[in-house]
Amino acid sequence: MSVKERKIPAPTVYPETQVYWEAAVQGKLMIKRCAACGEYHHYPRSICPFCFSDKTEWREAAGKGEIYTYSVMRRLEIPYAIAYVTLEEGVSMMTNIVDCDLDTIRIGQKVRVVFRPSDGGPPVPMFAPI
Amino acid sequence: MSIKGKAYIAGVYEHPIRRADDKSIPQLHAEVAKGVLADAGLSKNDVDGYFCASDAPGLGPINMVDYLGLKVRHVDSTDIGGSSYVMHVGHAAEAIAAGKCNVALITLAGRPKADGMATGTAPRIFGLTPDLPFEFPFGPVTVNMYGMAAMRHMHQYGTTSEQLAWIRVAASHHAQHNPHAVMRDVVTVEEVVNSPMISDPLHRLDCCVISDGGGAIIVTRPEIAKSLKRPLVKVLGAGEAPKGQMGGKLDLTTTAAAWSGPAAFEEAGVKPADIQYASIYDSFTITVLLQLEDLGFCKKGEGGKFVSDGNLISGVGKLPFNTDGGGLCNNHPSNRGGLTKVVEAVRQLRNEAHPKVQVKNCALALAHGTGGSIGTRHGGATLIMERE
Ligand SMILES: [Zn+2]
Repeated sequence: MSVKERKIPAPTVYPETQVYWEAAVQGKLMIKRCAACGEYHHYPRSICPFCFSDKTEWREAAGKGEIYTYSVMRRLEIPYAIAYVTLEEGVSMMTNIVDCDLDTIRIGQKVRVVFRPSDGGPPVPMFAPI
Repeated sequence: MSIKGKAYIAGVYEHPIRRADDKSIPQLHAEVAKGVLADAGLSKNDVDGYFCASDAPGLGPINMVDYLGLKVRHVDSTDIGGSSYVMHVGHAAEAIAAGKCNVALITLAGRPKADGMATGTAPRIFGLTPDLPFEFPFGPVTVNMYGMAAMRHMHQYGTTSEQLAWIRVAASHHAQHNPHAVMRDVVTVEEVVNSPMISDPLHRLDCCVISDGGGAIIVTRPEIAKSLKRPLVKVLGAGEAPKGQMGGKLDLTTTAAAWSGPAAFEEAGVKPADIQYASIYDSFTITVLLQLEDLGFCKKGEGGKFVSDGNLISGVGKLPFNTDGGGLCNNHPSNRGGLTKVVEAVRQLRNEAHPKVQVKNCALALAHGTGGSIGTRHGGATLIMERE
């Protein structure tokens, strides 16, 4: 059975977050850590949203986390699960949960990152149950 | 400086239209402006302050002041989504207290219904925001964002779909008495939870209506309000707050009301238990539940129990809410429900609500709005008003 896939709109690549999308092409999930206060943050910024230091550094995330929350959209032609995943590094990111039966998704479920192609842009990080 | 007692709400108006195929958005703004001036007993030339948000086309006040033929010395088009107009009342009171204007006009209008807008299921983009690339690819739309907040609340606190449904049930009990309401049928908990699932766990009847129209508010100096023939509604306190994802340290079970509410209560010098009527933003049932907790009407996590068994129904429960039927049943003009929240609160304080839903001797009321998306970033605005 062929499953119809939702077309993923391409993310706009800003200079501030170009490294993030270049790494995505390599299959790596990057997050920002502040050298001044030690906190990770997401979405990535050049200036730390916690202490306002400009000493923020890119780090490769372990790519593992758990589902903080999700919602399966049932009213569009192709149902999909939007979610926030809390990474092992402590920050939560918006994503989709893929490679599973949408009706089996649960909050607290362990997931790992998988990159999916976007429509004419870099691949985007989604998550699949471990 | 406080705005307590420095300004009065002298006029309110809700457009009776719910579908405006043959009217433009500016025209609707003009009609609600005309309507509110008639309600207050003022004329266009009395207006010296104008407030609007991004539902007004073009550069907001620049286009609208010209179109309406106003001559004003103070304008404000701060936009925090559907809660903007609740906040504008506070901003108008500030401007009046500072001597920047005497009669402030606030207008809202839109026609998403006539334009066939897929309000709940279409993506919304507000320019090249920094968050856009990290969210847009994943299909965030209005309803699944609120769905994620509801899922988390259910997970953390055991809230059920049946409890959320009670919010719709209460709104429908009120809407049956409102001849202008889009949906006037009284519904049951079963009907809500058996309506089609849109995005887990929100059913169709957990969502507000889509409607055209608008509304307007007039805020004046105390002396002007007292010279008019309308019941006196005094602004006691206001609070506003934006809330976002906090750098990734997410908490989707708390809204900006947790910050704007206490600020408004402190300025007003009253407590949640003193409030006799509350207009609570109801884009979705979950929106109401979160705000009731954050405003202090019940403890965090106990909203489900609080709204059950008709506790929000006027004449039945402890906290009558949205007695016009709210956004869930009556009206959500321009996909922005904040202005009509203030309108119904003022009707209650003036003893002008429908007799079947009028709160007896209503002297203290609250209106709260949530604009934007509780799943990502939103603004909260709280307003406390007193009948003098
Ligand atoms: Zn820092």
